Amino acid sequence: MAKIKLATIWLCGCSGCHMSFLDLDEWLLELAEKVDVVYSPVASDVKEYPEDVDVCLVEGGVANEENLELIRIARERTKFLISFGDCAVTANVPALRNMLGGAEPVLKRCYLELGDANPQLPNFPGIVPELLDRVRPVHELVHVDLFMPGCPPPADRIQATIEPLLRGEKPVMEGREMIKFG
Amino acid sequence: MSVKTLTIDGVDVAIEEGATLLTAAKEAGVHIPTLCHLEGVTDVGACRLCLVEIEGINKLLPACVTEVSEGMKVHTNTETLQEYRRMVVEMLFSEGNHICAVCVVNGNCQLQDAAIEVGMDHTRFPYRFPQRDVDVSHDRFGLDHNRCILCTRCVRVCDEIEGAHVWDVAGRGPASRIISGLAQPWGEVEACTSCGKCVDACPTGSLFRKGSTVAEMEKDRGKVEFLVTAREEHKWTR
Amino acid sequence: MDLTELQEIAEAERQAQKSIRVHCCTSTGCQAANSLGVKKNLEGAVKAADLGDRVQVVGVGCMGFCGRGPLVEIDPQDKLYEEVTPDDAASIIESLNGGTATANEGDLNHPFFARQMRIVRETSGKIDPERIEEYIAAGGYQSLYKVIHDMTPAEVVDQISKSGLRGRGGGGYPTGLKWATMAKMPGEQKYVICNADEGDPGAFMDRSVLESDPHRVLEGMAIAGYAVGATQAFIYVRAEYPLAIDRLQKAIKQAKRLSLLGSQIFGSPFDFKVDIRIGAGAFVCGEETALIASVEGGRGLPRPRPPYPAQSGLWGCPTLINNVETFANIAVIIREGAEWYANIGTEKSKGTKVFALTGKIRNNGLIEVPMGITLREIVEEMGGGVPDGEVKAVQTGGPSGGCIPASLLDTPVDYDSLVTIGSMMGSGGMVVMDETTSMIEVAQFYMEFCRGETCGKCIPCRVGTVQMYQALTKILKGEATMRDIEQLEQLCGMVKDTSLCGLGQTAPNPVMSTLRYFRDEYLVLLQDSPNGKVAVKS
Repeated sequence: MAKIKLATIWLCGCSGCHMSFLDLDEWLLELAEKVDVVYSPVASDVKEYPEDVDVCLVEGGVANEENLELIRIARERTKFLISFGDCAVTANVPALRNMLGGAEPVLKRCYLELGDANPQLPNFPGIVPELLDRVRPVHELVHVDLFMPGCPPPADRIQATIEPLLRGEKPVMEGREMIKFG
Repeated sequence: MSVKTLTIDGVDVAIEEGATLLTAAKEAGVHIPTLCHLEGVTDVGACRLCLVEIEGINKLLPACVTEVSEGMKVHTNTETLQEYRRMVVEMLFSEGNHICAVCVVNGNCQLQDAAIEVGMDHTRFPYRFPQRDVDVSHDRFGLDHNRCILCTRCVRVCDEIEGAHVWDVAGRGPASRIISGLAQPWGEVEACTSCGKCVDACPTGSLFRKGSTVAEMEKDRGKVEFLVTAREEHKWTR
Repeated sequence: MDLTELQEIAEAERQAQKSIRVHCCTSTGCQAANSLGVKKNLEGAVKAADLGDRVQVVGVGCMGFCGRGPLVEIDPQDKLYEEVTPDDAASIIESLNGGTATANEGDLNHPFFARQMRIVRETSGKIDPERIEEYIAAGGYQSLYKVIHDMTPAEVVDQISKSGLRGRGGGGYPTGLKWATMAKMPGEQKYVICNADEGDPGAFMDRSVLESDPHRVLEGMAIAGYAVGATQAFIYVRAEYPLAIDRLQKAIKQAKRLSLLGSQIFGSPFDFKVDIRIGAGAFVCGEETALIASVEGGRGLPRPRPPYPAQSGLWGCPTLINNVETFANIAVIIREGAEWYANIGTEKSKGTKVFALTGKIRNNGLIEVPMGITLREIVEEMGGGVPDGEVKAVQTGGPSGGCIPASLLDTPVDYDSLVTIGSMMGSGGMVVMDETTSMIEVAQFYMEFCRGETCGKCIPCRVGTVQMYQALTKILKGEATMRDIEQLEQLCGMVKDTSLCGLGQTAPNPVMSTLRYFRDEYLVLLQDSPNGKVAVKS
């Protein structure tokens, strides 16, 4: 049987979910036997999101144009998309900036009002992706197949979510162990 | 005193007249989720989590304020009710700014518990990200409007138990908010006795004790120096 | 005060009235179009023509044809002048001596007038609302005398029950049943409240009744007080109705002066006091439990029912709450008898209903029609149809009601038929829409209204109205998919089933009814439109 093609992507988040994923320790070896990691910021060096991905774990909310482009590509090329962690599910901490209004006031607050030595707005079209007006959870922009809350989701939760998927079953996302936010 | 008999989820209960369905359910060992209900203060039937179905009544009724009557057949956990409860909790999350990861009551929050209980793994409603204030003018406590779900438990506990009526609700609809005094900063409200009952009544991290947040972990770096000076030079100045 | 004195006042008033009365509307609508200027010039013209001995100019209440105001009527010649300006005044007075009036003459035989049946509005536009004598001359307060002297409270309740009258505030609860429940409640102190917090956009029936004939409402309330055993009443009027409040105040004062309100009315042991409470602009205070909270001086928040106000209302006492129009029916029912009243209307909806006919329609104004008349008769015959084009929909019941498509115009107007087709009688707002109207925008308008007016107490209404509004906005922007529609429908059902009070329970109606009858308008805007059409921005 062909190995399951697994991808993980990292949008606007702190990478904590990925770190928690690495907390799976020796189970990672077991996992490696069943899946091919075809795209991941922590486990591959592929630059272009590949076609025909079976499962993708999405960390982070959608905060800038690059995030938006990547999540749209990932959705198109992935069979089963998982919102991985609170930032993907709720926009979480990055969304704290939403209370300031749009992108403009956020940049001004950050780079001008709080800038110390040489206050200036970052501007490098084509290199620095433009901020979207609001950080948004993934499912507000593309269809999501499964939600795995947690900040970060503990390793046990990650394992309990992925294991059934490897057997072709849908995990039961219920109870404190599986869906507690935070 | 007369006794009423009824069934709740098939369990027979006998309970005194005037008791609420919520009390009767407890008696029957049936758990009904609540948020605005707080034992000891008046019920307002606002959160709608405790809505139940009663055979022969085509309206859903809140268990916390509905009195038992003879022969009632109550269902507390139908599929419709489960769906509606989940929607209620999703609505609350979409309405305020509830960021569990950085909240003082993460792991000890009744809204968070409610989310788990109703099986909410995400909210289907778009988040509103409202702009709301934080009031830390009180010496010992703080009020973070971002986390307020307007259950009015603080309002009722302060009015009915402490008798100070510091809290009330101002504004209408989405603009409703909890206010202290005559919409003054909490610290300036003379009626407040600093009893802290509101903090204990609050189901979320909206009302909190100061010193419990990460940013408040202030260290007294000069203390060691002060002690050394005091011991060696007998000068008790800072 | 006894019956003889009442009749003496009536007789004296009739004697004093001149043979020709020039009625000039002084209600809010016509005042806004300078009817006071017209009235002043009419009075000047009468004086100038030296007709003072046989002609009098009377400021009256609403004549109904509000879209063509200011209105002037010559009684008894039955001539109606429309859109009268102060400059027309002299010629109108001259016409009494055979001259020609420059103002437009209206057609009193037009179905707009001819199809009406006036019970609540029988003296609206005929009498000066600021003078109790005119009301008495028209037979006023005789019903109150009749109940106090000739009937037991139980007989009064029985009459109201037999009349089949149902609450005109929108809910349609049988008035007699409400009164009977109240009458049975134990307790020394009971209250009567008149709900005059009319807040539906497009509705102004109650304002008109209060401005045109305040004594009719007071008399109905006093009869209610006698029937249910209440001695104190409140009229809760919204502050946006200053003229109605002013006229009510005058009316209460006059009625007290004649001992028609107050202590020992008509020499009986029956006391009845009426006070005014003024609302502060919250729509939700039209909901009876919120209204009670507001009268008590608290925040206008609804509370769960039961207990109903008849069991535990104002300050915990049994309280009867009826709408303005309901009270305005009472005196006539007592005068003419329950049987007479029950013969009007349909099997389950008796009597007449006042509607505020507005929107894209030729004849704007207030009409009073017997229940069971079809929407088509109202809109096309009386209203004269849409000025250009066709009727697309009729909205009844305001933010709590629904949009009825043109295909259902043959529906009879009664409580139950309107509910069956997803709308409701409501308080009587009737807004006609033509083909240029976007039904989604209509739904969005009402949702914006509800979003701003929800009290914020219960979650489904507070958050649900915001979410419904956002969903409609998303659809209008062409950014929604079929999934959004499904979610919107689910949300509507949830808010309807779980909200605490009537505001939330009915707030989804405009959305649900437009989704039911004008679904294509929604679908064509979707990104994944099943019709294969490209999403267009509105």
